[in-house]
Amino acid sequence: MYRYDEFDHAFVAERVEQFRGQVARRVAGELSEDEFKPLRLMNGLYLQLHAYMLRVAIPYGTLSAKQMRKLAHIARTYDRGYGHFTTRQNIQYNWPKLGDVPAILDELADVEMHAIQTSGNCIRNTTADPLAGVAADEIDDPRVHAEIIRQWSTLHPEFSFLPRKFKIAVTGSPNDRAVTRGHDIGLRMHRDLQGKPGFEVMVGGGQGRTPIMAKTIRNFLPVDHLLSYLEAVLRVYNQLGRRDNIYKARIKILVQSEGAENFAEMVEAEWLKIRDNALDLPVEERDRIAAYFAPPQYENLSDACPELQAAMAAEPRFAAWVDSNVGDHKQSGYAIATISLKPHGGIPGDASADQMEAVATLAETFGFGELRVSYKQNLILPDVPKADLLALWRALDGLDLGTANAGRISDIIACPGLDYCNLANARSIPIAQRISERFTDLRREADIGEISLNISGCINACAHHHVANIGILGVNKNGAEFYQITLGGVANENAAVGAIIGPAFDEWRIANAVEDIVDTYLSQRRPDEAFIDTYQRVGPQPFKEKLYGPDQARQAG
Amino acid sequence: MALIKHGKLVDDIWHETDDFADVTTLGPVIVDLDTWRRHGAEILALGGRLGLRLKPGQTPDLIAADLHHFDLIALEFAKFTDGRAYSQARLLRERHGFTGELRASGDVLRDQLSFMLRCGFDSFSVATDHQAMAILEAVNEFAHWYQPALDRAATIPNLRRRARAASNDAASGCAATWAY
Ligand code: HEM
Ligand code: SF4
Repeated sequence: MYRYDEFDHAFVAERVEQFRGQVARRVAGELSEDEFKPLRLMNGLYLQLHAYMLRVAIPYGTLSAKQMRKLAHIARTYDRGYGHFTTRQNIQYNWPKLGDVPAILDELADVEMHAIQTSGNCIRNTTADPLAGVAADEIDDPRVHAEIIRQWSTLHPEFSFLPRKFKIAVTGSPNDRAVTRGHDIGLRMHRDLQGKPGFEVMVGGGQGRTPIMAKTIRNFLPVDHLLSYLEAVLRVYNQLGRRDNIYKARIKILVQSEGAENFAEMVEAEWLKIRDNALDLPVEERDRIAAYFAPPQYENLSDACPELQAAMAAEPRFAAWVDSNVGDHKQSGYAIATISLKPHGGIPGDASADQMEAVATLAETFGFGELRVSYKQNLILPDVPKADLLALWRALDGLDLGTANAGRISDIIACPGLDYCNLANARSIPIAQRISERFTDLRREADIGEISLNISGCINACAHHHVANIGILGVNKNGAEFYQITLGGVANENAAVGAIIGPAFDEWRIANAVEDIVDTYLSQRRPDEAFIDTYQRVGPQPFKEKLYGPDQARQAG
Repeated sequence: MALIKHGKLVDDIWHETDDFADVTTLGPVIVDLDTWRRHGAEILALGGRLGLRLKPGQTPDLIAADLHHFDLIALEFAKFTDGRAYSQARLLRERHGFTGELRASGDVLRDQLSFMLRCGFDSFSVATDHQAMAILEAVNEFAHWYQPALDRAATIPNLRRRARAASNDAASGCAATWAY
């Protein structure tokens, strides 16, 4: 893991002091709320429906056991004993008091964490493949580059007041677990013919009311030029992005109006002028950062693990968990374990302080004291010896963290919705709870198999419903909460936006509608065919017929 | 209005007008791009000191060839959330080599000052003396920054390199002693 040096420490401490001064000036009335707002946003502090919300960055989703304990301590001391892990590899606290925030930021700085640029019209927390460094299919470790981007983008003098928020995601693997095409800039690693690593640069992805997947503007950018190239993209956007209408201000709209080719030419022209300006890091500095991400001291373990086979045969619930929540590690004898924050009927992404502390200890017992936070709002233990999986699962099961549903229908991504958010049309959390309660039978979930279901409380699409196999969007119909369904979204390397299936359902019928969709899939699928493949093969019609009846489905077209 | 230049509160010698008729009488004057385009030759013939104001969205490329005529360029923060002037400033300094006074005007606030300084601004027009004093306090909130910029201060990557070089020297010194 990256560790702060004296310069990183000093920088974050100065930032906390600066914010302490800003809070004091706000409290003293020297700053108006209008003037304070962008300052607090750049430090991750929102005003929600009932209280402030503080969003803390977990850069590229990696954190240590010590950091996790600090997050637990903050939840317990300054909040109501829990935190909410988000799709953007952040944690949100829903109830901090304004006056406490500088103290919280001090506590975070003690463990090398911060809330810088988790909000505001600046370059946000850079996200990455949560399996970076351990996935069997990886080309190169994206965390090194994400950390380089984190440092470069921190209080950037030129790009702190962009037309709109700006999100960058990096993956080092051909199987995209970071939805790179859904970001303002997506970076996907490849190797050139000489074996040198570089990035495919994709620009202009985003969701909200205009969901667009990013276009590739450069097939291969050598890693040495990462920062100068990003600087060129940002400079073009900062000058030409629209500022007259916040719904048209994201870079996706600029790329769309200019055309991706034309936009690419503008970036290349700018880049040619700055690529040799010492913006890019010298190799030693890159190596210094890379050294922190060197693999831990793995033991020499055999991949065949008879204990595991025996335990799975003896304990079906454990076997189900291994099936859904355990993935292949690049080191033989090790496995990657997903800790589901989606107990049936629970609040997706929430963890209590006690759970966070317990998980920190498990990360030390069954690994090297490191944890990951995933796009799916789950936690991941990256380095579990296979022979320890049973002991790990027993411990998790006792903490209500052992649900065997990773990648299954109850592994729902949900935004806070109307329970917290002042932009919401409808509640998301209770709908997620109600739907997941329909799928408590693990055998049924396993039978349904790989599928994604995401719920956003409004068109801002914080839960990425557009790229879910089943997307649910809260809409407001004459003051009542309704839910519109999209089908066919995909969030991996073949990212695609789903299509609206028909009229929205009210809150009492939405869970039935989900079951109807699932039943339609089960009746239509071929052996071993996942939901999305069936949907792509048969199209929306059978789903429409099931949901709305044959006559209406014909009308709806 | 109050003016901060090179870190001090100073009197403003410049006048602003977009009306060519005024240019002859005002002394050092800042005109907008339109006035410059229509009356450039006449203004130059008057021989006074000249400044130019660019609006957000007017790229410095538009005046790259004329830059040597201007002692000052004023860029405008219509709202402090409108960050286009940061890019204009850097382009003027880094791409076009402008060395005259680069003035920030409009919504210039304390909490944006260090960004402005780092993008090459060296004077700041603000509403009141009181605000100007408050702004000056903000300059030293950070000792070092990560990115290379126009403050020319050593960046954190630079400082790391120096620290590494120093410790390598120390290490080789050590080895030399040990060899004795
Ligand atoms: C409760 C406070 C929140 C507020 C006020 C809020 C607000 C917004 C807004 C206004 C947008 C749309 C931006 C645009 O399209 O230009 C947005 C996008 C987004 N938010 Fe949130 N959000 C909140 C919480 C969350 C949470 C909890 C998550 C993660 C679960 C999240 C993840 C995202 C993501 C991933 C996007 C990007 C969607 C895209 O690709 O355009 N947000 N948010
Ligand atoms: S999708 Fe809408 S309701 Fe949900 S958190 Fe985002 S802004 Fe709020």
